[in-house]
Amino acid sequence: MNIFKKFGLGLLISLFLTISANADKIRIGTEGAYPPWNSKDASGKLIGFEVELAWALCRYIGQQCEIVEQDWDGMIPALQMRKFDAIMAGMSITDERKKVITFSQGYADEVASLAVMKGSDLEGMDTPEGINLSLGGGNVNKALKTITGALAGKTVCTQTGTIHQNFLESGDVGKVNVRTYKTQDDVNLDLASGRCDVALAAAVAFTDYADKSGKPVVLVGPTFSGGAFGNGVGVGLRQAAQMGETSTMGKRDADLLRKFNKAIDQARKDGVISRLAIKHFGFDASM
Amino acid sequence: MDLDLILNSFPKLFLASITTLKLLSASMIIGLFIGLFFAILRIKNTNVLGKIAYLYSYIFRGTPLLVQIFIIYYGFGQVEFIRESLLWNILKEPYWCAVIAFALNTGAYTSEILRSAFQTIRPGFIEAGKSLGISNKIIFYKIQIPIAIRQSLPAYGNEIILMLKGTSLASTVTLMDLTGVAKYIISTTFKPIEVFIIAGSIYLFFTFLIHYTIKSLEKKYSF
Repeated sequence: MNIFKKFGLGLLISLFLTISANADKIRIGTEGAYPPWNSKDASGKLIGFEVELAWALCRYIGQQCEIVEQDWDGMIPALQMRKFDAIMAGMSITDERKKVITFSQGYADEVASLAVMKGSDLEGMDTPEGINLSLGGGNVNKALKTITGALAGKTVCTQTGTIHQNFLESGDVGKVNVRTYKTQDDVNLDLASGRCDVALAAAVAFTDYADKSGKPVVLVGPTFSGGAFGNGVGVGLRQAAQMGETSTMGKRDADLLRKFNKAIDQARKDGVISRLAIKHFGFDASM
Repeated sequence: MDLDLILNSFPKLFLASITTLKLLSASMIIGLFIGLFFAILRIKNTNVLGKIAYLYSYIFRGTPLLVQIFIIYYGFGQVEFIRESLLWNILKEPYWCAVIAFALNTGAYTSEILRSAFQTIRPGFIEAGKSLGISNKIIFYKIQIPIAIRQSLPAYGNEIILMLKGTSLASTVTLMDLTGVAKYIISTTFKPIEVFIIAGSIYLFFTFLIHYTIKSLEKKYSF
């Protein structure tokens, strides 16, 4: 009997210690499958631009951090269920996502691009180098029309639940035969195997894959930004209102937003974001 | 709980379950023939063919269905000579990759179910046939096979239900089956609980139908 009591008490104490130790720890969720934004090395350690940036931001905030791995398709639900406190997973700031979560200011910007295997008839598409959907105008419309024609009857592959999927289903490029995958790795594999005629993702995701695999993946058409592609990538956080703005948890969530915004300001000023972007992307993607 | 979401996504999910049922029926029919073929090899042959049948069943029952479907879909797609062969016309399609994986998997289990059913047939039945001067071939087709099928009904019903749930893995190779569409709806609404509850209920409903059908077949053919 006594043993059980002692054991139970010990359990309670250790539980309490775990909870209090975790209370001030910021848990950051990332996918670990979207190089060069975030990925894993051969030993399973999380690496990439956002992983290093996350550690840097935590140093500015001055709190302990833990980086948690989470599949992309469950990223936002996991944040809302408090499995972690912040998302840093190449997640673009879009109006659709803002309905359910909130974002810090953007820390980096990515352009999206179509990619094909060398020798595809889509190569040499006659479009401007880049189009910004938010700006609109004749040039953009003309480019979208060219792309609509080029994609007709093709199987277009992309990762599920991304800005890229939203764009393909927005009607901007007509009715497209979209095939969606759980991870970008799967998209790359099926692009290489020929099941996909063309794929859409962050341009750097394709160039990174081409570099590492040696497969002849080439970018075609313009780079895309604005509109369905959102306004840069930021830290995804819970809306303070989710738990009630005056509740302890709600206050903590609101506080976290302020801390991340401040840390991003400082990291930008110190040139940390630019340095990490150049290291991982090969160009300054900071914003 | 978001009641609107439940009402809105129900028709979409129900429509998607047609793909699930198509996958299930195609793979169960092909799998039944594969299973019967290998079961007969196992009973009739103690030599190389019997060993091959045993190896087939051992491999497909000993590895996860997810791994099998990945090897057939992503694995074969990486091999140059498969991509250049005629086989690629079939393997290019996610649907056929899924059907092949499911059929081979259920075929392995079916062969075991049928084999054990054949082996539990009481020798008296066969001896009765022989004493009436019926040929071995007729005994096999008219006595052994019908009894074996009846004997294996409960286990086979289980196998259909397992495969129904197994078809959810088709969503991992881009097919928009019940699970695939559920995941798609979640990716736009970010509400997994509501959507998965409906998807789960639809699976449960189909399980009930299969269970009920098999039960009535068992009653009809009981002896």
